[in-house]
Amino acid sequence: MTDPLGPTIAASDQPTPALQADGVSKRFAGVHALTDVSFSVAPGSIHALVGENGAGKSTLIKVLTGVYQPDDGQLLYQGNPVSFSRPADAQNAGISTVYQEINLVPLLSVARNIYLGREPRTRLGLIDVRTMNRDAAKLIREFGINLDVTSELGTFGLGIQQMIALARAVTIEARVIIMDEPTSSLEIQEVQTLFSVARRLRDQGAGIVFVSHRLDELWQLCDAVTILRDGQLVHTGAMADLDRRGLISHMLGRDIADVAAHGATSFEEEDTITDQVPVLSVSGLQSPGRLHDIDLKVRPGEVLGLAGLLGSGRSETVKAIYGALGTSAGDVEVAGKKIRRGSITTSLASGIALLSEDRKAEGIIPELSVRDNIVLAVMDKVSRAGVISDAKVNDLVDTFIKRLHIKVSSPKQLVSQLSGGNQQKVLIARWLCTEPRVFLLDEPTRGIDVGAKREVQELINELASKGLGVVLISSETEELVEGSGRVLVLHEGSISEEISGSDLTNARLLSALVGTDRTDDTDRTEADALETTEEGKS
Amino acid sequence: MSLNKTDTEAIARSSTQAVRTRRRFDGAWLARNGVYMALIALVIINIVITPHFVSVANLRLQLIQTAPVLIVALGMALVIGTKGIDLSVGSVMALSAAVMPLYIGYGTIPAILIGVAFGAVTGYIAGTLVARLGLQPIVATLAIMVGGRGLANVIGGQIKNLNDPGLVALGSGSLFGIPYTVLIAALLLLLVMFVVRRTTFGRALEAVGGNPLASQLAGLRIKRVLTYVYIISGVFAAIAGVLVAAKSQASDPRTLGLLIELSAIAAVVIGGTPLSGGKIRVVGTLAGALLMQLIISTLVAHNIADSVAQMVQAGVIIVAVYVQLGRKSR
Repeated sequence: MTDPLGPTIAASDQPTPALQADGVSKRFAGVHALTDVSFSVAPGSIHALVGENGAGKSTLIKVLTGVYQPDDGQLLYQGNPVSFSRPADAQNAGISTVYQEINLVPLLSVARNIYLGREPRTRLGLIDVRTMNRDAAKLIREFGINLDVTSELGTFGLGIQQMIALARAVTIEARVIIMDEPTSSLEIQEVQTLFSVARRLRDQGAGIVFVSHRLDELWQLCDAVTILRDGQLVHTGAMADLDRRGLISHMLGRDIADVAAHGATSFEEEDTITDQVPVLSVSGLQSPGRLHDIDLKVRPGEVLGLAGLLGSGRSETVKAIYGALGTSAGDVEVAGKKIRRGSITTSLASGIALLSEDRKAEGIIPELSVRDNIVLAVMDKVSRAGVISDAKVNDLVDTFIKRLHIKVSSPKQLVSQLSGGNQQKVLIARWLCTEPRVFLLDEPTRGIDVGAKREVQELINELASKGLGVVLISSETEELVEGSGRVLVLHEGSISEEISGSDLTNARLLSALVGTDRTDDTDRTEADALETTEEGKS
Repeated sequence: MSLNKTDTEAIARSSTQAVRTRRRFDGAWLARNGVYMALIALVIINIVITPHFVSVANLRLQLIQTAPVLIVALGMALVIGTKGIDLSVGSVMALSAAVMPLYIGYGTIPAILIGVAFGAVTGYIAGTLVARLGLQPIVATLAIMVGGRGLANVIGGQIKNLNDPGLVALGSGSLFGIPYTVLIAALLLLLVMFVVRRTTFGRALEAVGGNPLASQLAGLRIKRVLTYVYIISGVFAAIAGVLVAAKSQASDPRTLGLLIELSAIAAVVIGGTPLSGGKIRVVGTLAGALLMQLIISTLVAHNIADSVAQMVQAGVIIVAVYVQLGRKSR
């Protein structure tokens, strides 16, 4: 690839930004998604782009990558004005994007994916498989991953797939790499490997734009930060000059004191009376190859945390309880009454609700309205003889839209048009309509913005205080420590540990997760870094 | 100082509306209403160029000829809404028409009921293959299409005359000047509109078509929903078969309903129901069926060969699907 830049020497001592957006505006149907936003990422730096959902991050990224064309303002790439009319233009220029949802080809081999469209050729014009595989293997090894590059990509986990997407960015010698929530589905170790790869790319001079809802990551990785709110730029500067509270207050547009009051979300620690009948009691739950002998009890008003790495059986546990995963043995009791195993309808009828992890695949019905999505699980309750009562539906829907502050233009708006946070609230509303006694929440705050996240956490707290039994799964240990009174740690499909009371600290939970016995006060960063250096370094 | 949130939202909303009114004729609007526009245009053209187009006899004829396709297309629209397809409808028509002569001795009504019951049974088989055994709808219904036609031939054998007075009345009679066939099609149209818009079953159909996994997790009995929808499609096809046989006063298992699945699918797709499921457009289906019928009759009225009419229909299908694709990419 030729180097597209004819660098205009900047007058200042600042290096020419690798990619710059200058006064960019974008409107959709008259609504301003971006208003006069300027943003620039310097070569050899990692620039965080943060904001609540709907703040304009995605729109800005789509403008930068040629998916949208700005209505006003212009893009400068290596100092030269450019306009990308298609994503391919941006890619050809050297801007590579790694999305949260991988857009690679799962049925092709890892090596083919890395070199897709630019495969090394033999003299006959055929793909030079040997060279391709050799180069790919070398590259992957440098990343500290050990895998067979000839296997199909789809056989690997999301984390690996993301790494492959980055590897692809390396081979096309991208000058700008945009990472859109790359870590949201990764395990702790994978995140650290990903970060080390990102740092390496930075050191080679690439400008990296990093979007994440996991705020703690930003200080670990990023050099600079730009904060958007309501489509406008509210802050840009060095990462180190901003602390967590400052960042959050910029994002929310509330002042620091307010954030401090609410920011450290603390769920009430219920002093539960131990002889209360558990609202959910699970014993000896087995699912061949996935779950072994899971026992757990949740008392009314209790938030029970479930921790574990990806593949530890967290989601499988709640799915098995809900009846959505086949089980071979075990009992599930709701408020002392045994229910039929493996039937979703029975579970729903006895008061179990499951907010599943994958909002898109297992949650929303995109072609239906917000209204229809909310009442989906209670259609029998809002109808007579199969005919839906509009009045009953409106009552229910209005109540929940107000109560959960769901932002919609009308209840008849398609759910697919909402932001992630609002979609999540729609789903929570769907389950609250069923008046559950046990609420199984699988990563309820993943991929939603800080504001919505806090609202969801407060809601969980409120529900518990009303006597619901809550099971909370989260890969953010802070959320579990703050949010639950007791945490079960899962490892390879069995419960390996229970942590409660004053033992329940971030450090203790982390060490339980990574499987070491260290109980000192190492914080997350150090624990993680240690993990990766042990197995990750080349 | 600054506007509070409700104000900002109100402004955003009103400006959205303003823009919506200004940009009426965009891709989404065209995808939703193009079929109606095309239909109106074709009617106007016919009023101008086709002699005797606006006559009771002609309009009657157009409606009578549309009715069987419409009835089949209504069932098809429901199936397509669940991301399925039903290729067996033509054979089911032949099957219901083939069994009627055997039972006509018991009276008109019993014979019709048995014909319709055959539709329910084949629909149940298709539904079971799709919902319980997990066969792809196109494969399951293709098998029934082939097997059903064979069975109709075995049962019916040669072409049989049907001159039962009851059936003749059903096929050729009318109520207040409206042919029974058209009345029945209209009733079924209203029924399907009601089911799609107002019932839990209709909502379940769209939910299952839009996201089966999420529907299942929300406690919908998706296997039951899928089984029912194929039964409905089978019953509707059987009704169409009865009506066609009654109209022609004959039952020919080899040709009755042949290729009607294609007309029905075309009507559904032109009407704006996406093949990817999740959305059912009933009135659009009616417009689609009328449009296809009118294209043929227009060309025939002007002495243009049937084969040309088929090619024009092909063009309309491609345009209709293209317009819907445009809605997504725009």
